[in-house]
This record gives sequence, C-alpha cells and structure tokens, in this order.
Amino acid sequence: MSAPATVPGPVVAHGAAVAVEVHGVSRVFGRDGTAVAALQDVSLTVGAGEFVSLIGPSGCGKSTLLRLVADLDRPTAGSITVFGRSAEQARLAHDYGIAFQQAGLLPWRTVRANVELPLALHGVGRAGRRARADHLLELVGLADFAGHFPDQLSGGMQQRVAIARAIAEEPSLLLMDEPFGALDEMTRERLQVELVRVCAQTRAAVVFVTHSIPEAVFLSDRVVVMSPRPGRITSVVDVGLGAARGDGLREDAAYFDAVRRVREALHGGSDVPSRGVETR
Amino acid sequence: MRAVRLAPGAGTRRAGEVTLGVAGVLGVVALWELYKLLGPDAGASVGELRVLPRTSDLAMPHVWDMAARLAEPLTAAPGAPVLWLAVLRAGLTSLGIAVAGWVVGVWVGLALAVGMARFTLAERAVLPLVVLSQTVPLIALAPLVRSWGSRLTLGTLAWEGWMSVAVIASYLAFFPVAVGALRGLQSPDAIHRDLMRTYGVGWWATLVRLRLPASVPYLLPALRLAAANAVVGTVVAEVSTGLPGGVGRMILEFANFASSDPAKPWAPLLGAVLLGLVVAALVAALGVPLARFRRAEVAA
Repeated sequence: MSAPATVPGPVVAHGAAVAVEVHGVSRVFGRDGTAVAALQDVSLTVGAGEFVSLIGPSGCGKSTLLRLVADLDRPTAGSITVFGRSAEQARLAHDYGIAFQQAGLLPWRTVRANVELPLALHGVGRAGRRARADHLLELVGLADFAGHFPDQLSGGMQQRVAIARAIAEEPSLLLMDEPFGALDEMTRERLQVELVRVCAQTRAAVVFVTHSIPEAVFLSDRVVVMSPRPGRITSVVDVGLGAARGDGLREDAAYFDAVRRVREALHGGSDVPSRGVETR
Repeated sequence: MRAVRLAPGAGTRRAGEVTLGVAGVLGVVALWELYKLLGPDAGASVGELRVLPRTSDLAMPHVWDMAARLAEPLTAAPGAPVLWLAVLRAGLTSLGIAVAGWVVGVWVGLALAVGMARFTLAERAVLPLVVLSQTVPLIALAPLVRSWGSRLTLGTLAWEGWMSVAVIASYLAFFPVAVGALRGLQSPDAIHRDLMRTYGVGWWATLVRLRLPASVPYLLPALRLAAANAVVGTVVAEVSTGLPGGVGRMILEFANFASSDPAKPWAPLLGAVLLGLVVAALVAALGVPLARFRRAEVAA
C-alpha cells in the first residue's frame, strides 16, 4: 500500500484544508442554580485528513464536544464549522460519518442492510447500495457475514459493521465516540490497525474520543488532552509517528515516548509517577 | 440462518407443546367429571351463599353427554340442522364480525399511537382519555352505538346491525394496540435516534425505518390482547344489541333450555372458546412473517 498523502504532525498550519473549526465553544447543562459547565471556552482546529483524538477523564466533555460537532447537541456559546459550514448544514449535507461506543446496529436488518441504511435513506439505488456495501464489508473483513443478523456477530464484528456503515457515504470526516471502548484488548488492537488502514484509504479526517492513552497515541496525528470541571483543553500533544502504522509500532521507542508525553499532559505536570497507563 | 437458530429441539418442542395442550384439555375434562362424581349433589352453601356448584346432571351434564348432544339435531323440528353445524355457523358469523372489529380497532389504535408518539401534547391529552374510554361499561354503550348507527347512512350503504357489534368490538380492541404501539414507538434507544438524526432524515423516515420496526415486539402481544378483546366484545355486544346469527345470541337463546335439554347451552360456549382459539391462531400466524423484527428480544 502506498503511503497516503496525509502528512502527520501539525497539519493545522496548512490553512485552506480545515475539516473542523471549533471556536470558543461552551456548553452548560441545567439551569442557573444547578448549572454544570460541560465545556468551557474550547477552541480546536482539525485539518482535512488529520486524525485527532480527544482524551481525558470522565466528565471532561470529550463526548459532549463530539456531539456538538455532529450537531446532536447545540453549544451554549461559541461557534463550530465543519468544512466551512455550520454544524447543522454539515449534518444535513451528510458531511460526516459517525460511530458510537455501542455498534447501534438495527437488529432486524442483516449486516448488509445495516451498512446500506444511510445509502437507502439518501436515495442511492438498489444496485449501487449493494455494490457499495459489498465493497465496505470486504474492507472490514466481513464479506462472509453479509447475510447474518447483528445478534449472530461478536461485539468486535458488530463494531466493524458500524465502522463500515459510518464510512458508507465516503465522508471526509469521521466522528468516533469510544468505538472500541466496550471491546477486549486484543480485538481492540486489531481494530485499531484496521482503522488506520481504512483511514489511509478514505483519507477522512477523524475526531476520535477515547480514554485509552495507548489507543490515542497509536491512532492519532495529534492528541487533545482535556480535563474536567469545567471541561476544557489543557494541552495538545503532537504524536507524529508516521503514516505506516502497524502492530510493530507498539514496541517502538517513539511510541513509548509519545505515550509518556500524553500521560504527563493528562496528569498536568512532568512529575508523574510511572504507574499504570489506564486513566479510566 | 434463522433456521439454524430454531433447529435444535424445535421439532420436539413443538410436539411437546401439542402434548401439553391436549393434556390440559383432558385435565379440565377429568376435573369436571371428578367433581361431578365426588361433589355433593346439591352443592355446598355458606348461609345464603353457594360456594360449590350443584353436581346434578341438570347443572353439570357429563362431558360425553355434551359431546353426544352436539351430534344431534338442533331442534325436534324436521329438517333442523345438526347442533354442531349450527354452532359452527354461528361461530363463523361471530368470527367475521370479530375480525372486522379487530381490524378497525388495530388501525384506530395504531393511528392514535403514531399521533401520540409524534406530539407529546397529544400524548398528554389523549392517553388519559384512551384509558378512561375502557371504564365505560360495554352494556351501557351497546344500545347507544346501535341507535347512532341506525341513523347513519353512508351513501348507498345502509348501517347494519353487525356493524354496531363490530364497532363495539373495535372499541375494546383499539385500547391494547394504542398503548402497546405507543410504548413500542417510543422504545428505540437514544443511540438509534441519534443515528437517524445524523442522517438528517425527517420524522416520517425515522418512523418507517426505526420506530415501526422497533415497535413490533410490543405490538404482537398487543394484537393478541386486541383479538381476545374483540371476541369478548363481539359476543357481549351480540347479546346486548340483540343481533341474531352469532354465538352471543345463541348463548342467550340456549340458556332457556337449561332444564329441558341441559347439554344444549354448553354447545355455544364451546363455540365461543373455539372462536377465541381461531382468532388467537390468526394473530400468531401474523407474527411469523414479522419474526425478524423480534430479533432484539433474543439478542445479547
């Protein structure tokens, strides 16, 4: 596979090609008395084709931020643009694909019909849908399971179907909310490699919410570290591990170095005792 | 693939169900005859209150007498049809009315549920009325429906007695459908609703692709309840509107023979039971093509 055009590292500077622009966004839940600031004055730019992870402890607003970009929720203050449009326009124009922690497949539809769902809803013809779904299932390695129903698949397989569904309309932006959060470690690492491969092919920008440091480092060009109460961005770590990621990378010194840097950023200083990596 | 899921033990389970069903019927017969054998002839009373029924042949005919009576003619009049045939005909008449009432009730219930699912305000305004509607006694309603109906003319179509009965049956049938379908339409997970929102499709597309399919597991039991209600409504409304030809009226008429021909009044009761079974089977058959919408029930 030839190296994709995506240049890892600080892509933001490349000006014109901006996928997501978040500017001074706040989101307050509840009324005056019991108001909780889920996000406070968050600004972030994601370049086209860039893979950005949002990481932080529970309640830091990383999922809220993703939902705001997806226009599943509206900010209390600030602005969000997706490919130069408002989040709502982007949603209505099907600019992005989305995957959640649960696969969220419709249980009464076969695997193929689930992948075809967004295409069917947006008026793609039967033959076109079928060809596209077959291609996508090939891509995620589930070609043999097209006729199965979701409850006949393992959790990892269901999540792969969800990813195929998310990229069904070739979006240039992929929003993922802890898509591997409910999977076991081995399945998780295999799907991470698969996701890197899929992203290299589709060249979509990705906003990826996770609470796993190794996952964020392995996948991302940049890792955005957030902290709670109120949710805000505390630092951004450039990973820059190159485009050709494989399982070998997980034992690379540069990888360990990036993991250390993200962990230090998460713990808000350099004097972090070197204990477990998990920050759930 | 679905067959694979069902295959292990499906055949033996089906056979087991049939055996169990037959055993149940035989059990009832045995219980009946056992009580008739052992129970006091005059029953048992506590003061004025009879707590155990009489066991005389007049009050509790032998099961075989009832069966034998079915094979005899309806009346002594020459050319009278055999009793079981008369019951069967009356049963079919009532079946037609019950099915008509069920169909109307199901559609009304579905329409109400969709309306309530669409507008929260409608749910708050209509749902209490829907619940309230079921507290109106059927006996009070029947003459009203009949007198309203008799004043109706729909173009060339004249209002007929059976239509009043079907309307009353539908009045009982719509309730479980409205409540069950509403729950079903509101059942999709937040993740699925979010997903449809990200696709930017409207409420109707979400209804067709998500809410209706998701409501099937709730709808099927509601349809069964509606069928049972439609049968009860039909039989009771036949009695209270005095519509001839059906099982309800037959029960009323045959009750007069309780002393002269004690096995006869039991025949239309058997017909009513059969009617319920047939309607239940029809609804069960309806669930077969909808099986794939019930996968969520077996999913992990």
